[in-house]
Amino acid sequence: MTTVSEVQVEAEIENLTKSGSLWDNMWDMIRKQPLGTFGAAIVLIMILMALFANVITTIDPEANNLEFMLQPPGEAFFLGTDQFGRDLLTRIIFGARTALFVGFTCAIIGSTLGLVLGVASAYFGGLFDLIVQRIVDVIMAFPLIILALAVVATLGPGAENVIIAITIPFVPQCARVVRSNALAIREIPYVDAARALGFSHMRIILRHMVPNVVAPFLIMLTSFLGQAILLEASLSYLGLGVQEPTPAWGLMLQGGAEEYAESAPWVAIWPGVAISLAVFGFNLFGDAVRDTLDPKLRSQ
Amino acid sequence: MVKYLLKRLMLLIPTLLGAAVLVFFLLRLVPGDVCEIRLAGTGLYADPAEIALCRKDLGLDQPIMLQFFHFIWGYFTLDLGKSMWTGAPITHEISLRFHLSLQVAIMATTVAIVIAIPFGIISAVKQNTWIDYVVRAFSIAGIAMPSFWLGILIILGLLIGTQAVFGEPWMPPIEFKPIWEDPVWNLSQLIWPAVATGYRYSAVATRMTRSALLEVLREDYVRTARAKGLPEKIIINRHALKNALLPVVTIIAIEFAFLMGGLVVTEQVFNLNGLGRLFVESVGAQDFNMTQQLVMLVVLIFVITNFLVDIMYAWLDPRIRYS
Repeated sequence: MTTVSEVQVEAEIENLTKSGSLWDNMWDMIRKQPLGTFGAAIVLIMILMALFANVITTIDPEANNLEFMLQPPGEAFFLGTDQFGRDLLTRIIFGARTALFVGFTCAIIGSTLGLVLGVASAYFGGLFDLIVQRIVDVIMAFPLIILALAVVATLGPGAENVIIAITIPFVPQCARVVRSNALAIREIPYVDAARALGFSHMRIILRHMVPNVVAPFLIMLTSFLGQAILLEASLSYLGLGVQEPTPAWGLMLQGGAEEYAESAPWVAIWPGVAISLAVFGFNLFGDAVRDTLDPKLRSQ
Repeated sequence: MVKYLLKRLMLLIPTLLGAAVLVFFLLRLVPGDVCEIRLAGTGLYADPAEIALCRKDLGLDQPIMLQFFHFIWGYFTLDLGKSMWTGAPITHEISLRFHLSLQVAIMATTVAIVIAIPFGIISAVKQNTWIDYVVRAFSIAGIAMPSFWLGILIILGLLIGTQAVFGEPWMPPIEFKPIWEDPVWNLSQLIWPAVATGYRYSAVATRMTRSALLEVLREDYVRTARAKGLPEKIIINRHALKNALLPVVTIIAIEFAFLMGGLVVTEQVFNLNGLGRLFVESVGAQDFNMTQQLVMLVVLIFVITNFLVDIMYAWLDPRIRYS
């Protein structure tokens, strides 16, 4: 057993000291995390699709074209058209914008607020920590979609409100994980040293504690991406999220998917493929990030 | 143990109260209410006097703290109030639909267990073979696929499949009949949403079963069992599984609470008149009374499930002792 671990340690050290080129590092990642690389590739394609949507296709995603209602997939319309004669492929490509915008905004804002709250809660402790943790308890007693729906009930549907509705449940989730990590860091003497030197709370939190909880922060952030996309799709499907005529994948499935199931099944299939593929890619990528950053959590 | 249970039960009260405060004030944070939607929702001109009258009827003109007091007091007098939309008592609206949602939830859990445990075991035993890869891909797909889309695909498959086989399309019945009245009717309606929700639900449990079993199989006592020549089947069934299933039971119970959330979407797809559908409708109509009572119901189920999981944990694993 000892020999094996020694070999492993040596290999790790060799890895650390070897200053390879960017290409070497990438090759290393592909070799070690084939699934994660695959996920990252999907994510990259989605991002490019969203960024260059108007270059990839010249068709207007929102203009109705009643002449070509429910056309089957073919040469003119690669994936067919919907009940308003709009090209499905175009709407899916533009839908990536909505999905990724909502996904990234919610994940980044939610996890950043969680980071600040979690570290502050651990650092100050006492009454502040107690109050924050009780609020976190309460919010975490709501299933994700129920809380998001309650927020939508207040603010009404629409893209901005969906972002708020999805972000709120993420904050306490991230805060809890970050707090437990930050608590351990608070006990390390250098925090006391920083305090003895008379640094401000702000500086200690931002310069000395936050950098040490980046790993759990990034793990939460990447895991939120897929969840946010799925949640946005669900809310839009229920008619409580992004509104017509904005192209959004969940909304496209709502638009008569069941009624047209018989005569035009492609309307009900392709947007779902897009959602699944995006969530799949982000989840694989997130798993790889988790495995890389947190060896303790490494899945078998 | 009894002391621990009491302490845990007491801790539920602040959580529930906090949830009540949160949902009550959250809903009233922004102007706009059921009266405006009902009277002016279609874009017609609404008489301010009429809106005021409607608010008075529903008690929306009272001071907000008084409204909150009524809301909480309702739990002591077991009066949950009336729906602001239909005017019917909320307990009546909920009891009409509770049975359907509960049945789908139980069936979905059963589907999840039936998929997760055998697949998780096979995947762990045949680690890094093609069977393992297929099972893992199957469960990753389950997490990525939205359950409402899976529901749409099931309906699509049923329509096209029955059209091809019987010559005419068949759809699951729309009207709900309790299982004791017409079991065939009932099951042919509810099995599909149960599969759609259960598959997604099984994905997490499959992964958990696999990794828990793999961990246990590396334990010393399993090596001892192998060393004394026990057949692999007995090692897994008798020795490994008992310990490996502990976290799986936990995850299944926790996910049961999330199921109530998942039903919101699935019921919409399958046109089921359950609690999830009621919730979506009440959100759309800004029916505050109904929304807050349904949210509280879900939170209550969630909190109690977590409590039961803790107790179950202690009961299943004698090494855990609470103080």
